[in-house]
Amino acid sequence: MVIIIPEIIKESLNNLVKNGDRADDRSFDQYRDIVLETGVIDKAEGSARVKIGKTQIMVGTKSQLGEPFSDTPNVGVLMTNSELIPMAAPDFEPGPPDERSVELSRVTDRCMREAKVIDLEKLCIIEGKKVWMIFVDLHIIDYDGNLMDAAVLGSMAALMNTKIPEAKVVDDEVVIDEEKKIPLPIKEKALMCTFAKIGGELIVDPSLEEEQVMSSRISIGMRTDGSICSMQKGGMQPLTKDEIIKAVARSKVLTKKLMEHLPQNKQ
Amino acid sequence: MIFIEDKQMVIPGDVLADKEYQSGRGTFKEDDKICSSLVGLVAVRDKKISVIPIQSKYIPKRGDVVIGEITDIRFSMWNLNINSPYSGILPASDVFGKEKRDLSKAFVVGDVLFLRVVDVDEVKKVKLGLKGRGLGKFRDGILIYITPTKVPRLIGKKGSMINMIKDETKCEVVVGQNGVVWVKGDPSMERVAEKVINMIEEQAHTSGLTDRVRNMLYKLLGKENPEEALESEKPEKALEPENPEKEKEPFDEEDEEENGEDLIQ
Amino acid sequence: MITILTNKILNKSSTPSKRADGRASDDLRPFKIEAGVLERADGSAYLELGGNKVMVAVYGPRELHIRRLMQPDRAVLRCRYNMAPFSVDDRKRPGPDRRSIEISKITSEAIMPAVFLERFPRSTIDVFIEVLEAEGGTRCAGITAASVALADAGVPMRDLVVACAAGKSDGEVVLDLSEAEDKDGEADVPVAIMPRTGEITLLQSDGHLTSEEFEKALNMAIDGCMKLSKAQKEAIIKRYGD
Repeated sequence: MVIIIPEIIKESLNNLVKNGDRADDRSFDQYRDIVLETGVIDKAEGSARVKIGKTQIMVGTKSQLGEPFSDTPNVGVLMTNSELIPMAAPDFEPGPPDERSVELSRVTDRCMREAKVIDLEKLCIIEGKKVWMIFVDLHIIDYDGNLMDAAVLGSMAALMNTKIPEAKVVDDEVVIDEEKKIPLPIKEKALMCTFAKIGGELIVDPSLEEEQVMSSRISIGMRTDGSICSMQKGGMQPLTKDEIIKAVARSKVLTKKLMEHLPQNKQ
Repeated sequence: MIFIEDKQMVIPGDVLADKEYQSGRGTFKEDDKICSSLVGLVAVRDKKISVIPIQSKYIPKRGDVVIGEITDIRFSMWNLNINSPYSGILPASDVFGKEKRDLSKAFVVGDVLFLRVVDVDEVKKVKLGLKGRGLGKFRDGILIYITPTKVPRLIGKKGSMINMIKDETKCEVVVGQNGVVWVKGDPSMERVAEKVINMIEEQAHTSGLTDRVRNMLYKLLGKENPEEALESEKPEKALEPENPEKEKEPFDEEDEEENGEDLIQ
Repeated sequence: MITILTNKILNKSSTPSKRADGRASDDLRPFKIEAGVLERADGSAYLELGGNKVMVAVYGPRELHIRRLMQPDRAVLRCRYNMAPFSVDDRKRPGPDRRSIEISKITSEAIMPAVFLERFPRSTIDVFIEVLEAEGGTRCAGITAASVALADAGVPMRDLVVACAAGKSDGEVVLDLSEAEDKDGEADVPVAIMPRTGEITLLQSDGHLTSEEFEKALNMAIDGCMKLSKAQKEAIIKRYGD
């Protein structure tokens, strides 16, 4: 199913932005209301529910013992998977992940991985044989725009909320102590900041209708120190170099504010 | 015997009355009992019980006026989304007569039109037409989507609600019976109208709505409310207009014509 | 707006019982139902029952784009029961499996008798049931929440179908088996009814029971349904209440 956006809506939203306005009265650098809760799913090792405006994602983490990749025998594995389930929007179809869903998973994964938010070496139990595999599953239940920022925020919060059983090696055998749960070795934080280009301007945290009329999009993943850990340009139209450089500068300020929503890591 | 009160909120399966009453819209008969099939407010008129739904989809009916959006151009017709489980078609002949012309010269995908439902056949093919005053393509403005059963509430008694919005925001407003509303005016005024219409959508089932709409309008426009100090008016009936027959004609005909005037192609 | 409860306090019961969580044999786990919790869906509901957390979205009646599924005289009702990967102890691989396909089918059949499908020929009504956390009895929880979501979407119905299971655990016939009771239990009997008429729209039985025990379990499940039915109604009224 293809959703076609009425021409007059495109015009009206473009004109609003040209005049410095947005349909929901936000400024160009203003996020919608953000609600973040953690520990919402008891059966998950870590979990978070994030809402940016009406967009809503449930994130759960699971740990499993597995074998490391042969090229990195001494580090654990972090896997991110997302599902745009048909509950979330009328045009999301059941079935295997489509390209939108795969892009979301991979962008979220790169942001976490390249920022080195987890000390993956500490998740190695027996080098070359046994490591912890951490699965981050994103369940998109209500889609009202800007999934990327919500996905990264939810994943970061869920990882910070995650506790896995302690694993020991006794006589070359791995012994798991389910009673003793330890937090993941979090060593860095990273979040993502997405801008949509509408009416020649870049506006942060596009709503659904803004996403539907945007000409392009730029998402910037950033660590606490303001360094860039990942980027993704999307949409059918190009961006200028100048636009991208300015977006990076703006995302420094915005990411800092977004970080305040994360629960403090008190362990 | 009747088991509920007028204007009471009911849900599917609720038993409303026994056989001395008639089963109206939103209800069904089962073993001499009249039950609700919907979530909505009960309307008792003489011996007829109906339920006015809070949520509903638009089911096209011949003669309705609707706002639709072109989704596809075919060999001799346009396909339109009319905010309904059934999409509509606009035959090329309705626009060009017998002349053969390129359809995309007239309307393209994404255009928004004000149309009349000409026919709905047995296989739910919905034929639309543009013949009639005020029908045609919209230029500029915004669209707002409301539940079709709330259209009468948005119009108000004799157009009181919609006229108040038009007068205060100086916007043109056209309401389709399919729950699509077109608003055109100053961009900031369009947003004021949008907020107010969304509020009506949310609170259509409550009483005293006209007062709250007026207060909201005045607040958004930064105006003094001359009636604020006065005692508030009597609460009006929710959703259902005075005369149940009138409900099928939620439009103030004059309004509709007047709004559409500059839309004629 | 949904509040997700964790570590709820269990209802204290006067009837002595040997159930692990202290419930009497005919007690339900603590539950709550909310209607209208999602923005995009036409109708939605959220239900918690013990450790179960279930979200349901309804889209429709809407246009059916797959011609071969189209019914000339009525709408099709499609249910999709799906478990989130993090909803169970061992991560569930995404996508349908044999279990979820069967549950989707019987859920459609449990709800269908209540829906006036003939009002919307050639269209579809889609019901998406997402299990966010599972702790025994998710199919019943899904059906109960689905009815609330359908009502919230304005779909006309004869009644609100409601579901509840009873079974046998530790030699005793009990209502609403928890995950632990189901695992070690002797039998599980999920039941869905249309409460006004008492007609049964879903019945399964998994395990060994005498006919007397079955009858007792069936009656107990129906009583459980009636309690949940009240909560369904309250959830819908609360959504629009002043």
